[in-house]
Amino acid sequence: MDSGYILTFAALSSQFLVGLSRAMILFIVCSGMSFVLGVLRVPNVAHGSLYMIGAFSAFSISTLFGGSSTGFWLALIISPLVVALVSLIAERALFCHLYEREHLMLLLFTFALMLILGDLVKLTWGADYRSIMAPPFLRGSIPIFGSSFPRYNLFLLIVGPVVAISLYLFTNKTKIGKIARAAAVDREMVGAVGINVSWVFAAAFVIGCYLAGLGGALVAPMVSITLGMDHDIIIEAFLIVTIGGLGNMWGALVGSLIFGITQAFGVLFWPQFAIVFPYLAVVIILILRPTGMLKSVW
Amino acid sequence: MLEVEEIHTFYGLSHILFGVSLSIESGKVVCMLGRNGAGKSTTLKSIIGITPPKKGSIRFKGEEITGKQPFMLVRMGIGYAPDERRIFADLTVEDNLEIAERKVEGGERWDKERAYEVFPVLENIGSRRGGCLSGGEQKMLAIARALMCNPELLLLDEPFEGLAPVMVKVLEDQIGTLKETGLTVLLAEQNVKTTLRLSDHGYIIDDGKIRYQGSVEELKENEEVRRKYLFI
Repeated sequence: MDSGYILTFAALSSQFLVGLSRAMILFIVCSGMSFVLGVLRVPNVAHGSLYMIGAFSAFSISTLFGGSSTGFWLALIISPLVVALVSLIAERALFCHLYEREHLMLLLFTFALMLILGDLVKLTWGADYRSIMAPPFLRGSIPIFGSSFPRYNLFLLIVGPVVAISLYLFTNKTKIGKIARAAAVDREMVGAVGINVSWVFAAAFVIGCYLAGLGGALVAPMVSITLGMDHDIIIEAFLIVTIGGLGNMWGALVGSLIFGITQAFGVLFWPQFAIVFPYLAVVIILILRPTGMLKSVW
Repeated sequence: MLEVEEIHTFYGLSHILFGVSLSIESGKVVCMLGRNGAGKSTTLKSIIGITPPKKGSIRFKGEEITGKQPFMLVRMGIGYAPDERRIFADLTVEDNLEIAERKVEGGERWDKERAYEVFPVLENIGSRRGGCLSGGEQKMLAIARALMCNPELLLLDEPFEGLAPVMVKVLEDQIGTLKETGLTVLLAEQNVKTTLRLSDHGYIIDDGKIRYQGSVEELKENEEVRRKYLFI
């Protein structure tokens, strides 16, 4: 009786941490998407494709270094930059001509871009399952609350808050971050104080996409890197951004926590239907708060 | 400093300005009086490029500026304080000023300290969010923000609208101070008395056309024009 109770507590807390670390990945990806949605008003369906490109680039860079630790760290640094470069090209060549269009157009356009990027990934990396290894000290598990917990998840629990704090400092303490927040509310007036809004948009877009790439690189050692991971993440990301409050980065954090943790507990309580739990949470939240948990900038 | 010649401006399909012309000399305060919907705001928005005119020309310091983007015009030296204030509500007063600040080589330059000298009220509320200010504070912030762009010509759209009489007086003095520094101002207003006290030259606009122009003395004398176009 007594041991059973302890076991439950151990399982609960360990599963909670698993959910929390999953939420960190979701947060990193979704905060980028929400930022783009808030500042540029673009619902970027191709955001998931950039996440996938981040993961595949991480694979290539890691492989280039024979799967060594150096390879992993370089992958973590370089692959988000690769994604940022891809997004900069996309922004200057395509997106910057479309900001004034209606949302349906933008949805169709970014959906088309998702299909194109998906095919480009297939051409570049093929349709095989890929994987990379985390450095030795991030492999395996350590005991926490009497049950074992993967070290890599613990690493994510450190990275997530670091990203959150960086984002906070960026949007509140830097001039470009403040301009981006102003542009989210009144882009015309930002132009009328002498700021070239076009470049603010480009910068905001690249930063948002960088986060997608970072999420992809971070998730790479935990999953099999494959075509289709863009679709999986984008559906979750749209839901998270919606329940958090459109364009609100802290809403993305709240949404990711709800999504990640309900998913993890679902696995514990009803494994066959685990996938249903986060969606149920979304339904309940949207019934209670149709515009999301936190204030939407829309 | 500014010459507006025969501009025609549209909002979508509706024709708002019908050949508006005006000219502003350097260092003067010029006012544009008119009722609601007469075309005052649209004239200012045409000058700053938010609603560029379809026909006609606008020259600033001798250079043709029609069709240029607002941020270019601001960098050339035109400041704009809109009538709806359009303060960045999520940003603090200080940040509202900071994002408009521009580093320039030489010449007179505006920074936060100088803006606080003209509008001392703003210094005490520097850390408050723009959305939490009173109407008068927002008006001042909108003007201060426009000044941060180091303008030579300042476009003020209804600065006195909706303010308590005591605030109107304060703001009048502050605009007077700015005039003394040699700033050129185009002031669109409905508050005839205060506006005429500040101005050197005046235009009366109605239904998108300039109906009358003259020196402030002439405007003060001319009862008939004022009754016809301003209901005063």
